[in-house]
Amino acid sequence: MSYIIDRRLNAKKKSTVNRQRFLRRYKKHIKRAVEEAVNSRSIRDIDQGGEVSIPNKDISEPVFHHGDGGIRQRVFPGNKEFVVGDEIKRPEGGGGGGSGQGQASNQGEGEDDFTFQINQEEFLDFMFEDLELPNMIKKQLRDATSFEVRRAGFTSVGSPDKLNVVRSLRAANARRIALSGKERRKIRELKAEIKTLEGLLPNQEAVLQIAALNEEIKALNRRIKRMPFIDEFDLKYNNLIRTPVPSSKAVMFCVMDVSGSMTQSIKDIAKRFFILLYLFLTRSYKKIEVVFVRHHTHAKEVDEEEFFYSRETGGTIVSSALNLSADIIHERYPPGDWNIYVAQASDGDNWDGDSHVCREILEQRILPLVQYFAYVEITTGPHQNLWLEYEQIREKFGETFAMQTIVEPSDIYPVFRKLFEKKE
Amino acid sequence: MKKHQPISTGSEWTFELIQRYDQEIARVAEHYGLDTYPNQIEIITSEQMMDAYSSVGMPLNYNHWSFGKQFVSTEQQYKRGQMGLAYEIVINSNPCISYLMEENTMTMQALVIAHACYGHNSFFKGNYLFRTWTDASAIIDYLLFAKNYIAKCEERHGVDAVEQMLDACHALMNYGVNRYLRPQPITPEEEKNRLLDREEYIQRHLNQLWNTIPKKDEIKEKKTPRFPKDPEENLLYFIEKNAPLLEPWQREIVRIVRKIAQYYYPQRQTQVMNEGWACFWHYTLLHHLHDEGLVTDGFIMEFLHSHTSVIYQPPFDSPYFSGINPYSLGYGMMRDIRRICENPTDEDRKWFPDIAGSDWNETLQHAMRNYKDESFILQYLSPHMIRELKLFTITDNSALSTLQISAIHDDEGYQKVRENLAASYNIGNREPNIQIYNVNIRGDRSLTLRHYMHNEQPLGDDTDEVLKHLHQLWGFDVHLESVSPDGQIVNERHCPPKPHAEEVA
Repeated sequence: MSYIIDRRLNAKKKSTVNRQRFLRRYKKHIKRAVEEAVNSRSIRDIDQGGEVSIPNKDISEPVFHHGDGGIRQRVFPGNKEFVVGDEIKRPEGGGGGGSGQGQASNQGEGEDDFTFQINQEEFLDFMFEDLELPNMIKKQLRDATSFEVRRAGFTSVGSPDKLNVVRSLRAANARRIALSGKERRKIRELKAEIKTLEGLLPNQEAVLQIAALNEEIKALNRRIKRMPFIDEFDLKYNNLIRTPVPSSKAVMFCVMDVSGSMTQSIKDIAKRFFILLYLFLTRSYKKIEVVFVRHHTHAKEVDEEEFFYSRETGGTIVSSALNLSADIIHERYPPGDWNIYVAQASDGDNWDGDSHVCREILEQRILPLVQYFAYVEITTGPHQNLWLEYEQIREKFGETFAMQTIVEPSDIYPVFRKLFEKKE
Repeated sequence: MKKHQPISTGSEWTFELIQRYDQEIARVAEHYGLDTYPNQIEIITSEQMMDAYSSVGMPLNYNHWSFGKQFVSTEQQYKRGQMGLAYEIVINSNPCISYLMEENTMTMQALVIAHACYGHNSFFKGNYLFRTWTDASAIIDYLLFAKNYIAKCEERHGVDAVEQMLDACHALMNYGVNRYLRPQPITPEEEKNRLLDREEYIQRHLNQLWNTIPKKDEIKEKKTPRFPKDPEENLLYFIEKNAPLLEPWQREIVRIVRKIAQYYYPQRQTQVMNEGWACFWHYTLLHHLHDEGLVTDGFIMEFLHSHTSVIYQPPFDSPYFSGINPYSLGYGMMRDIRRICENPTDEDRKWFPDIAGSDWNETLQHAMRNYKDESFILQYLSPHMIRELKLFTITDNSALSTLQISAIHDDEGYQKVRENLAASYNIGNREPNIQIYNVNIRGDRSLTLRHYMHNEQPLGDDTDEVLKHLHQLWGFDVHLESVSPDGQIVNERHCPPKPHAEEVA
């Protein structure tokens, strides 16, 4: 006899753990592949999964086996023209083309690398590994202001809309069983009595007694029936409680200089940097808003398209953008509800007298409110006075303020890692 | 034979139909006398099939990165369409578990049921190697124990420590099997009886005269006895019992890997027979159903299409060639034995006087029960089969610049081809023969292994890596000596490498 079992609904992904073990073991290789992918990919598919190749020699599992050399007799099928004594040239590679011994590798022949795909989530995991959002913990503790309603068992008081039918009926059933115990015992006894009397039939007296007993049973049954089907006492309600949840909203400010000195390639670098930051934030926060602020001599809040692609010329006054950002924070993003991150990208140009003002605005209006302020300067030249002013800020606000220089696109990812490195 | 209504006509399968087919196939299998474990047929999805693939076909197994690697590569190849998944996986357990993929058509499900649930199943139950080395009713429980034990070790000692241990054991897995059953150690009772017997024997044969002959002075060259006294071929067993520094949990892991290796040992030696047997029976059983009219012509056409592609043997110069197809060789030989029994030619009578004209089913059953690939080929590969496959032997002597054709399918060649082919299925030839030779128990505790060379074949380039694993298990220096048949040490390897080893070489 055979048993036929449908296992299709059983857990899939039985190999997940093994797969993760594998990824863990080859972290170094995968990380390198991710890094290359981040640097070479276009912006749009930066968060896709990726292909990882690992040289086969790093991944093989060694076993004792015979090497080349010695004497071997191999049997092959499909002889066409050979006769005994023929000599043929040794095929290239010396191996003699598959000895048919069942142990052949299953990775196919002639492939030097073990190549496989990692999915988007894994890709991002590797991309942002060992990075952290600065000051997040502090923020969460401080901002336990919003609440979430959660289920927490059942209560016997509550409003009708939270009535739990199943629990209530179960309680009612239990009550009825408990309260009718005496009557049901009596009925059982009477029934047993009837049984014994039935043995005496067709005795006239027994018939009468049975009738009387039946009557009694009926009366008892009626009493049981009269017990209320459901009572106030039985009602059970879903218990919902409010639990504080840490704020998980974040807003990210992208501040960029669009003056004439910012070429399209510099903007591209900036854009990649902003995207990395955005992806990174999405991993920590459920809801993220992005505010784009661009500036030349005036600052303006714009949408994404305009932010990255429209060109304007003019001088550069960085403080205008910082002022605008501070205003927007003030109006729309109270720091009690929002985690605020600001990323500023610039080529370092600023109007001479303005850098000092920037420092003041940052120190007084912005840094006290934000989680982190990251400044990247995309330049090949020497640093100018904006950088020097910012350096002073870094000394004072080392916790929340960071700055780095990017020279070429391949620096973006390393610089990003440096900015968000885990600090012990 | 009475004609019946066909069981089904469409290609869709349902559970009821699978049950019907299973019943019919079981009936026919019984008619032919196939003895099987009860069957447990499980329907799974392709994803689950990939999971099963990567834990070496087992329904459960401990966690290890190498299974993950296997999974990743299977998934990759499957998704790219480079390979199809097997139609079925069957597990040597009691009840015998077979996996059927839901994508299969009804015909394929019936084929798989005949192939796995009655073919392989009866092979597992009947073949002597499986009977000796595997315990079908305990394997699933053992794997469960192993999985839990290793998970617990990971909790206690860390994933890395366990992984290192498993890596080392996997490297030596093929050397963790017993090849021969050892006799049970004798009981004190027996020991005493033997002693008495011996005394009595001496008493009876005592000859006073002979005792007066002066004894020759024996040359007393005291050799330090080796440990182990006899070389040990089960390396993992030796390590489990004797490695000085292993913790108890590490020994248990060695044991687990060893046990699982032992479970697979019969499979590695019976691939040709096992597949051949299963193919022979799916062919025979389904044709029987067709003769009875239980399956349609369309069914049998679809079946034959899969069947022929499974047993196709590309010639050596074809781009599809990757060694001798065990399905093809095994199936061909099984059919051939039946032919020899039913319609023997003069040649068959000369080559197989004992089976020509005998009852084919009995002969096949006998072969299935008592042989492994090597001995099966040596016994039953007929000249007819050699001609059919046009087998020939190439001698590859690395000392010569060319390859020699040393035998082809002609009168002089049959015997030779047959021997060569059988030898290529001998695990003893395929894998280097490496045994534990000595432990320096009075000195540095170093472990010496000996590689007894076969046909002057050297060891492969992974060897030093394997030695590193062995060194990790043993905890002290490890030496490996390659010995030629005349007892000369040809090559030495050491782990950790000896600085003067290069000068010696």
